[in-house]
Amino acid sequence: MTSVEKVQNEIVEELSLFSDWIEKYEYLIELGKDEIDFNKKFMKDEFLINGCQSKVWLYAKQKNSKITFHAYSDAIMTKGIIALLIKVFSNQSPDDIINSKLEFIDKIGLKSHLSATRANGLMSMIKQIKIYAIGFKEKNG
Amino acid sequence: MIDFEKIRSSFPILDVKVNDNKLVYFDNAATTQTPTQVTNSIRDYFNKQNSNIHRGVHHLSNISTEDFEQSRKKVKEFIGAEKEEEIVFTKGTTDSINLVATSFQKFLKSGDEILISEMEHHSNIVPWQLCAEKTGAKLKVVSVTKEGEIDIDHLEKLLNKKTKILSITHISNTLGTINPITEITKLARKFDTKVFIDGAQAIAHQKVNVTELDVDFYCFSAHKLYGPTGVGILYGKEEILEKLPPYQGGGEMIEMVTFEKTTYAKLPSKFEAGTPNISGVIALSKAIEFIEDINLGLIFEYEAMLLNHYNEKSNKLEYYEPFGTSLNKSAIASFNLKKVHHYDIGVLLDNMGVAVRTGHHCTQPLHKKFNLAGTIRASFGIYNTKNEIDYFFDCLSRAYKMLY
Repeated sequence: MTSVEKVQNEIVEELSLFSDWIEKYEYLIELGKDEIDFNKKFMKDEFLINGCQSKVWLYAKQKNSKITFHAYSDAIMTKGIIALLIKVFSNQSPDDIINSKLEFIDKIGLKSHLSATRANGLMSMIKQIKIYAIGFKEKNG
Repeated sequence: MIDFEKIRSSFPILDVKVNDNKLVYFDNAATTQTPTQVTNSIRDYFNKQNSNIHRGVHHLSNISTEDFEQSRKKVKEFIGAEKEEEIVFTKGTTDSINLVATSFQKFLKSGDEILISEMEHHSNIVPWQLCAEKTGAKLKVVSVTKEGEIDIDHLEKLLNKKTKILSITHISNTLGTINPITEITKLARKFDTKVFIDGAQAIAHQKVNVTELDVDFYCFSAHKLYGPTGVGILYGKEEILEKLPPYQGGGEMIEMVTFEKTTYAKLPSKFEAGTPNISGVIALSKAIEFIEDINLGLIFEYEAMLLNHYNEKSNKLEYYEPFGTSLNKSAIASFNLKKVHHYDIGVLLDNMGVAVRTGHHCTQPLHKKFNLAGTIRASFGIYNTKNEIDYFFDCLSRAYKMLY
């Protein structure tokens, strides 16, 4: 099991404790309200992933052989899901990120948030995370 | 009196459960639901008479052609047009606007002006931008006041003899404002400016009579009129439609084709290239019958009562921020809740079974003017109830408490 899969399983386990959608969403809202490691100077258009409704800003840094991701959204629900995605993808190697399959979103019943309407920009965010990983991999040769 | 039970029972979709909650459908400005009269018509068409129209000599083609043309007659009477030739079937409101914005290019030259307003839907902005780019005409934009009304003084200032066409919405899909079309048309007439009205949000909510309004063009979609998607109507005064060149070429719209020259069919076929949405057009007549059976006057009163009830509830919420406060409004309510993102509210309401629209509702320039990233929009139809509005406000305060 890669460490990306391991973190995903942990999240699925954690969220399975909630008995209904309200508890689950309240948890996401709490996550969304938490302070996050995001430098506001990156809140500009070149880091913006435009959803139709909520906005997501994303940047990445390389630490040794691992990548860390930092993201922010103007909507709390989106920010809560972002926190989960960051948990999954941060401090992972480029290869693990590139080869990862994102199954936890479906398992925790949040797939509608990644729907084709692209309302919240999360789908594009995941794509952008992989593009960052490919970029860092190429740079490292 | 409206027979409410009968109306509700015509919409089985209203019994759909969302996340174990009964669906509350408040997204009628995006699309209205279709009654069984309409869905049965579509089913029957394909089971009993599917064929191509205006061409065949066989039985199926004949009855379908007849029903199709009956529907045109029905639309003509419904909107008070003078002739069936003035009713063109299109794919929808957007298609109708594109048709005119393209064909009208023939009458525009560099320096001419096209007038729209700040409250227009993107569909009533972009086709005119394309038209302006192509012809060198200038696109002028009438301001909207802070209450969400057309600034008539500004409109008067902008109108001049270079204004060849003015295109304005009858009812704003975001603000709900009912625009004074008669007054606007009178002003436009002074300069011989052609008047195009986007009636998408009006047609199912109040009686529309294009002859009384004296507009040159009026358009709307079947799917906002309890009919199917993929069918639109363009009304145009005969004398103007006669002068406009065809929009698209193909079958149906020709009189005679040779490789050297093609002559075009008479109105309205000139603008109906290709096989149309036959089942949809026929089903539209059932939607119109459905509405006429209820009576548009009563529908208007009923929806005004719903909006009133809604406003009484929303006025009590100190964190409710309305967008569009004109006194002359259709049953559309856009708003934000203080310090909360519209998307978050939309997601939580959805989980409680309430369907609303969130975002910019295809009016980005309007939202931008008032410095809003987006809003939440509740819009009502004939099957909505006061109880649903009460439930909506319960959900809204629950959602707000969760987020704030």
